[in-house]
Amino acid sequence: MKLLEINKLSQYFGGLCALNRFSVDFEGGELRALIGPNGAGKTTVFNIVSGFYQASKGDILFGGKSLKGLKPHQVTRQGIARTFQNIRLWNDLTVLDNIRIAQHHKLGYGLWDNFLRTRHYLDREKTITRESMEILEALDLVQFVDELPKNLPYGIQRKVEIARALSIKPKLLLLDEPAAGLNSSDIKGLITLIDWIHKEFDVTIWMIEHQMSVVMSLCTWIQVIDFGSTIAEGTPEQIRNNPAVIKAYLGDDAI
Amino acid sequence: MKKYSIPTLLILLAFGVSLLAYYEIIDLYIQSVIMFIGINIILSSSFNIINGYMGEFACGHAGFMAVGAYVSSILNVALFTQDKVFGAPVLPESMALMFFPFSVIIGGIAAALTGLLVAIPSFKTRGDYLAIITIAANFIITSTIINISSIGGARGFMGMKTIVFAMEDVVDLPWMLIWVFVFTFLCVFLIRRFVTSTYGKGIIAIHQDEIAAEIMSVNTNQMKLVAFMFSSGLAGVAGALFAHILGYINPGSFGILKSTECLVMVYLGGMGSLSGSVISAILFTLLIEGLRFIIPAMDSGLHMVHLLPASYHLSQVWKWVFIPMLLVLLMQFRAEGIMGNRELSDIFPKLKRWYQFK
Amino acid sequence: MQWGSFYSLIALGYTLVYGVLLLINFAHGDIFMVGAYISFFVTAVLLGSYTVGLPFALSGTMVLALAVPLTMILTAFVGVMLERIAYRPLRRKGVNRLYVVITALMCGLILENGNLALLGASRKSFPEILEKVVYSVGSFSMTNLKLLVIFSAILVFVILQIIVTRTKIGMAMRAISYDKFAVPLMGIPIDTIIVFTFILGSSLAGLAGLLFAMSYPVLDPFMGSLIGWKAFIAAVVGGIGDIRGAFVGGFLLGFIEILVMAVFPSTFRDLIAFSILLIILSMKPTGIFGVARTTKI
Repeated sequence: MKLLEINKLSQYFGGLCALNRFSVDFEGGELRALIGPNGAGKTTVFNIVSGFYQASKGDILFGGKSLKGLKPHQVTRQGIARTFQNIRLWNDLTVLDNIRIAQHHKLGYGLWDNFLRTRHYLDREKTITRESMEILEALDLVQFVDELPKNLPYGIQRKVEIARALSIKPKLLLLDEPAAGLNSSDIKGLITLIDWIHKEFDVTIWMIEHQMSVVMSLCTWIQVIDFGSTIAEGTPEQIRNNPAVIKAYLGDDAI
Repeated sequence: MKKYSIPTLLILLAFGVSLLAYYEIIDLYIQSVIMFIGINIILSSSFNIINGYMGEFACGHAGFMAVGAYVSSILNVALFTQDKVFGAPVLPESMALMFFPFSVIIGGIAAALTGLLVAIPSFKTRGDYLAIITIAANFIITSTIINISSIGGARGFMGMKTIVFAMEDVVDLPWMLIWVFVFTFLCVFLIRRFVTSTYGKGIIAIHQDEIAAEIMSVNTNQMKLVAFMFSSGLAGVAGALFAHILGYINPGSFGILKSTECLVMVYLGGMGSLSGSVISAILFTLLIEGLRFIIPAMDSGLHMVHLLPASYHLSQVWKWVFIPMLLVLLMQFRAEGIMGNRELSDIFPKLKRWYQFK
Repeated sequence: MQWGSFYSLIALGYTLVYGVLLLINFAHGDIFMVGAYISFFVTAVLLGSYTVGLPFALSGTMVLALAVPLTMILTAFVGVMLERIAYRPLRRKGVNRLYVVITALMCGLILENGNLALLGASRKSFPEILEKVVYSVGSFSMTNLKLLVIFSAILVFVILQIIVTRTKIGMAMRAISYDKFAVPLMGIPIDTIIVFTFILGSSLAGLAGLLFAMSYPVLDPFMGSLIGWKAFIAAVVGGIGDIRGAFVGGFLLGFIEILVMAVFPSTFRDLIAFSILLIILSMKPTGIFGVARTTKI
């Protein structure tokens, strides 16, 4: 069974067609990229997959189950996590809290336990804290445990956001422009990090990215979309030389 | 030792004050002020859940207070007293004491259910619309009460004093004072536990970035419902206590003015700060009572320096000019309130050595 | 219809300010009340029955003709003062919108209670300046006063529509609601526009106050409160930020109230009216004419 199947996804916003019969399949375990000029519809795909929009037409199957009609938090519970183009961390909560709150789907205790602070509650909180710390240790973020994200450098914030998404133990990780706003040394670190995550956590990664250095060095398969539909897909080599892709990015004169 | 320092301190406080009341060292007036402080603490901290921690703008807290007040009062009066509408008492008066906390809790539950009804339409709306819905809800609740003449309608409902006397007949203690202490501590205690748990922190996450919360597996709709019910339920508890202290309630005392008082207390103390809400509730209650004396003093003072014409006297209405003005000034100069979003332990870290507030 | 006109006039003021500043000016209902009181004093002075006696007597209609602009100007003045003293400093500091809303709420309370404290609890009675003429069409009868009120509301609406959609200043007002920061960069003085908005809104409230005082001649300090809240809800149901919304919302509320009063005992009026409004809101959350503001993820 395929991990993710997107079948002829179309999305209309009023009269504007953002996606036009967009399709893609994931077996599971890939590290892929979705690229294209601005406004092509890439983030719209992610937004539909993560449940924030409902597709006008078409369907998405995750592990054989349809994601139609699911709310974002339900989609996440299925095993899909994402990061955002503009970092969306909770700036006035500590890094540790940021990770812990992402465990809401498996808190395992109810209000009674909470109010009475039963043994069960204390155990669960301890487990959640421990697991959150494990992720932070794995990504080398332990020294920032009690910091507020708003006080941290941008590159570290990005890492924390990725850590938060990972803490859900997803089967599919959506990264929306992870390199946005990073300087070149941070980008090198990001490439190493994503590569390591892919192997270490055995998770399928799908990223939207404009930084070609990231895309080309990490991804085995690239899909290019423009005006809502796929215009090319293939290995990095094939994409690099594809005339349709060049035209989409640079215009007719570049050919 | 550290772990139990706060509870022991609070129990000593409650015990001490009750003792003073019992031996009538402090008179009824001061007792009532203390009880109002307690009620305001409950109102202020419960309102803070929605307006502070969750960052929404609700304005109808007094409506839930009304529900709690009426439900518990009606229940008690119907069960324990001879009443024109409800007839003979169902249970003996001696049980009034044991039943009282339950009646308060039942009032709270009724208020929580009302909160549920109010919260559901708010899901589809954003931001400012919650204000409208809660204001409308407040009006609807008070209008509904006015229309039910069997419980007094606009003229009000009474009979709660009998319950209080019944309690004192069983064991002669200043019971209302004790109950107020019990419920105030309970309320602050529960709120504290809620917001320090990972579950409760979900509402803070919703405040700071609702979309991120939703996508990071927080069931935002459910959290909002829970928070709303919790908040309104506690308001109901406050209302129930309020009703029995006064012995008489009418819909007019639960209108927009009361809700505004709650708003003042929350923003005075600081959004998202429990110690802030407690402190501001105490200050606010004292301020209101204090103005009772300060205004006549100001009146004579201003007359002495001939700033006011002899025919004009400052009435107590000026209270309601000073208090909003206070809040306006607060917004201008220290909009985040007394405590901002920090707790006492953040400002005085040394205090952490002495207690562990669980 | 007449009630609807009142609600509309006040709702228009709410919507104007919200449309431009994204601020719910909770003090607006009380500006209405202030307007009513100002009109009382203005008319009393003009009629020569108050402190200052005028050297000549004025006819009723002339008094009205003078009172309208005077009231509107003075009420506008109050509104602008409010903006200057209370809202502008907060705007400058760029604080959370919430704080301005709270300030507005508090200013409203200050106006109400200040009035009560300064002028005492006795209600003022508005003098009659317009001779009542009753027109009858079939079984319908209406006084000329009611006609005047409804007519004014419609006229105001039309004028406002023209201002907002056709004039430069109207465009600037709409621009501010979309992007507060870009507007000054385009050379448009934001403060002037905002002051203009308040002038418009407050003078409308003043007009409503005058007309209301003429129709229901007893004034008290809390008259603005309930009407203000209702007009606010009417504006929201119509779609806050949209002038047509405020207009329609106001009349809609008026209609609902009359319908309710015809069927149920009068104490149910507010209850059912509010409930209906809530139902409308839950069906169409942004109001009838409202446009949802979407957030980009």
